[in-house]
Amino acid sequence: MHKVIIIGSGPAGLTSAIYAARADLNPLVFEGVQPGGQLTITTDVENYPGFPDGILGPELMDRFRKQAQEFGAKTLFENVDRVDFSSKPYKLYVGDKEYETESVIISTGASAKLLGLESETKLMGFGVSACATCDGFFFKEKDILVVGGGDSAMEEATYLTKFASSVTIVHRREEFRASKIMQDRALNHPKISVMWNSEIVEMHGDPAGKGLESVDIRNIPSGEVSNLSTDGVFMAIGHKPNSDVFKGQLDLNDAGYIVTSPDSTATSVEGVFASGDIQDFTYKQAVTAAGSGCMAAIEVERYLEGH
Amino acid sequence: MSELTIDVNEDNFDAIVINSDKPVLVDFWAEWCGPCKMLTPTIEAIAEEYNDKSSIVKINVDDAPAIATKYGIRSIPSILLFSKGEVVEQRVGAVSKEELTSLLDKTIEG
Repeated sequence: MHKVIIIGSGPAGLTSAIYAARADLNPLVFEGVQPGGQLTITTDVENYPGFPDGILGPELMDRFRKQAQEFGAKTLFENVDRVDFSSKPYKLYVGDKEYETESVIISTGASAKLLGLESETKLMGFGVSACATCDGFFFKEKDILVVGGGDSAMEEATYLTKFASSVTIVHRREEFRASKIMQDRALNHPKISVMWNSEIVEMHGDPAGKGLESVDIRNIPSGEVSNLSTDGVFMAIGHKPNSDVFKGQLDLNDAGYIVTSPDSTATSVEGVFASGDIQDFTYKQAVTAAGSGCMAAIEVERYLEGH
Repeated sequence: MSELTIDVNEDNFDAIVINSDKPVLVDFWAEWCGPCKMLTPTIEAIAEEYNDKSSIVKINVDDAPAIATKYGIRSIPSILLFSKGEVVEQRVGAVSKEELTSLLDKTIEG
């Protein structure tokens, strides 16, 4: 029986691990499918306090993990695929293996949203990508598309100009919701152009052959669909919380975020806490995730003392 | 890095991968690829287990862009399994040790 199990290993989960380990709770951390979380697919992190020269996302997360391990946290490269919070002790499952615990901290974060096309899933990694920093390298002197209109779309488009010969932003509306500074940076770039009021409705290509070759784009006002040759599509249409495993076990809001009590990380089940992007749809920063991870660990400590 | 994995570049690719008489599992990676680093312990564990039956090879795409292009790599980590000089299996992104060992077992037996 564990005192506390932490699900997720981004800034929230590993900060919980540091605090819980220092409180002698011997935390077990399931790192999940993306150990280190979303920062591991970024490049420079320039707004994490204490690093005036910036730090690489993966390196920052290595340091978080190391710090947690120094204090005795145990981290496993495993993914929790089922939970049972209906009775105590709570049960977590990795495949058929069952883990029992008195308390749980959920910090499974968020992941990139996709369009939901079958062809998109089939071509993921074969011309379709949700990570410009991971895959941009393979699109040197190629013509590519970026889908989205927020800050992350502007950032990805600008970043991809380092490799691609042209970047076209495909956006559903006639204006971006990105901040002015990010828009200007993208719109003033000679390699970047924009297709307004447009959406991708189909992707064509063979993963076993040349990968993605073209997409069908619908002009939304006219409804007209045209085919456009392209070497790559980068998705930047926002993020969704990784909460599928907790459906039916915890209260989630309409967008799928875990609902926590005001000024707390407590969920609808006592002894189960949630921190970071899985419950934060407002700030979504590494430093706020770390802050709420600290809160969760302190709340776990108090909860265990009272039970 | 484990001594059991072999670093391959454009100079020794044919000798080590194409002309190998054993199946060769190739892990395409790069320094700047976070998800690739996560896969490293898996690859090293496989190298330890399968060292006598196959070659486990790592290719840094920064050092060998032509090989990455030739095999249509568009995302890393990418795993290619070669048998008799041909690609017989391919996986992109996070992949479990069990999945890779079952691919290897199948190829070794076949």
